[in-house]
Amino acid sequence: MTDAMPTRRTALALGAAAILAAGPARAQAGRVARIGLVQSTTGGSAALYGTEQKQAIELAFDEINAANTLNGIRLQALHADDGADRSQTVNIFQRLIRQDKVVAILGPTLSNSAFAADPIAQAAGIPVIASSNTAPNLTRIGDFVFRTSVPEDQVFPTVLRYAVQKHGVKRVALIYGLDDALTRGAHDVQKKAVADLGLEQTGIESYQRGDVDFSAQLTKIKARKPDALILGTLAEEAASILRQARQLGFDDKVVFVGCNANISAKLFELAGPAANGIIVGAAWFAGYDSPRSRAFVEAYRKRYGSTPDIYAAQGYDAAYLLAEAIRRAGGADSGRAIRDKLAGITDFEGVLGRFGWSAERDATVTPKVLVGDGQARVFVTAPGA
Amino acid sequence: MILQQLVNGLSLGSVYAVFAVGFTLVFGVLNVLNLSQGAVFMWGAYLGLEVVGTLALPLPAAVAVAFVAAGLLGVLSEWIVFRPLQRRGAHRWMGMVASLALARILIGLAQEAFGTQVVRYPDSAMTMASLDILGARVQLLQLVALAAALTMVLALGALLRLTNLGRAIRTVAFSETVARLVGAPVDRVRLATFFVAGALAGGAGVLWSLVFQSVSPFMGDAILLKGLTVLILGGLGNVLGALAGGLLLGLVEVSSVVAVGSGYRDAIGFGLVLAILLVRPTGLFATREAKRA
Repeated sequence: MTDAMPTRRTALALGAAAILAAGPARAQAGRVARIGLVQSTTGGSAALYGTEQKQAIELAFDEINAANTLNGIRLQALHADDGADRSQTVNIFQRLIRQDKVVAILGPTLSNSAFAADPIAQAAGIPVIASSNTAPNLTRIGDFVFRTSVPEDQVFPTVLRYAVQKHGVKRVALIYGLDDALTRGAHDVQKKAVADLGLEQTGIESYQRGDVDFSAQLTKIKARKPDALILGTLAEEAASILRQARQLGFDDKVVFVGCNANISAKLFELAGPAANGIIVGAAWFAGYDSPRSRAFVEAYRKRYGSTPDIYAAQGYDAAYLLAEAIRRAGGADSGRAIRDKLAGITDFEGVLGRFGWSAERDATVTPKVLVGDGQARVFVTAPGA
Repeated sequence: MILQQLVNGLSLGSVYAVFAVGFTLVFGVLNVLNLSQGAVFMWGAYLGLEVVGTLALPLPAAVAVAFVAAGLLGVLSEWIVFRPLQRRGAHRWMGMVASLALARILIGLAQEAFGTQVVRYPDSAMTMASLDILGARVQLLQLVALAAALTMVLALGALLRLTNLGRAIRTVAFSETVARLVGAPVDRVRLATFFVAGALAGGAGVLWSLVFQSVSPFMGDAILLKGLTVLILGGLGNVLGALAGGLLLGLVEVSSVVAVGSGYRDAIGFGLVLAILLVRPTGLFATREAKRA
């Protein structure tokens, strides 16, 4: 492994160099906007998200270039793989900005990398749009940092409000994973949303990673008779909780409200019919019924033979938003001009729906409330959402 | 609610007990700690799943296959880890570390063979059946787990007390040198012990996956730690103590959730070990006679 790593790195570097060398030669007489595309395509699970985004962004660029919507400006993606390693991300940002003279960067894949590398782009006046960073306060790095990825705290309150309105939820219990940053983060958001809506909280239970027996916690929760149980859990744990709650004879009226991490085919595989009725929220899902979203899913499937995930959708919107900013700026010569036009976009119709920016340059999208269909094993739009 | 928690604790504890009985047997007889036991537990769960899932055979077949295959994995650990090391006169700590290495290899192989994602046994009438007893919901499987724990311990007790093999095992447990002097087949006894311990771990793996509906390559790590806890609770090498210790640990874990809070579940479980080691280092149930096998 230790021997293979440098070799693979070298190969990637050579590959990247080859692409970069070929780039200018391929540039035609028309103007070219060079865009850095920093997505991990190696490096564990980050590679899954990175590859989805890279593919979606390349699809978007090809569509934009083919339609020639930018008055003769051609978008050129310079992809570099940081291997989910933030020191690599820093090197790549420096190279893209100093040598390759990109006018904007799409990425990086991981929030950790973004915190390390985005300040370089900020200092150089190059706008960055992330499409999979969900860490809190990311855009406080500076006014050149944007993101189309929607963090949990913009989704969950809508989901909980739906549960309150639709199912008359008043008393809630919460359960979450104690030793996982993702589940803890989700729990914090959920607890705040419960307090903000003025719901009565009847108990908080927790568990540790690897636990598969939740019966003690669930028995305790059941005795307190909540209207809803809120899950700050991974999909596997949510599945076990749903099954065991049914086995313990939870009232059918108890509503289960999940978090982003529960939106997974794994949930249905493991929970079976017990996943029926679980309510979750997402910025986007593949079944989202809008013309723009349907066209994207179809084009992505046709080109890559798989269904795009939410990161692909967010990457695709990031690419189109950037193109729109370049079009409005009338050229791709100044990072500052592109940033200003980008920040001014308030009415963009994206795959995720109507799109704008918050004061902090986070995407503002109406979250979609979804409900689990245990028989069909998919999430569908919640009735009346 | 108290009754329901009692059911929760006993069913959790009975799986701990089945696992720990084999664990403590190897320790009591051979005076070695076999840390590959958790990985054997996991392989038992996966092999059982292959039998009911891929081969679509009934559940008893899965238990049988898991039992025998995991027993053979136990034998394998004697052949490739403990026996060669013992022949070279290595310190028994070496066996422990080497068995940990074997565990990592077994986990790595499982990751390759079955992937890293959590899977579960298919639903059947037996896995879904449950009954209400005085307001507590008891799954049929929980009763099966408890019955299995009691049966296995009784069977093992009978084996140790009433059969020639049992007498030989107890002789080896007393002293391997003495056993060789009186002509007991020490090598065969060692293999038999590893087989029984592995088989119990594999059986526990299937039980666990049926009751909690979760199979993953890493499932053995948590139960290995619980097994060590039970070993201390029940007294090292004490088979009956392992049964009592397993049930006790299950009940303690559940009551810590009820009385203190779920965040402290493991802290209390493992805190108990520390307390027992300080106050009663031979374990809660240790007596002179029962101390080893």
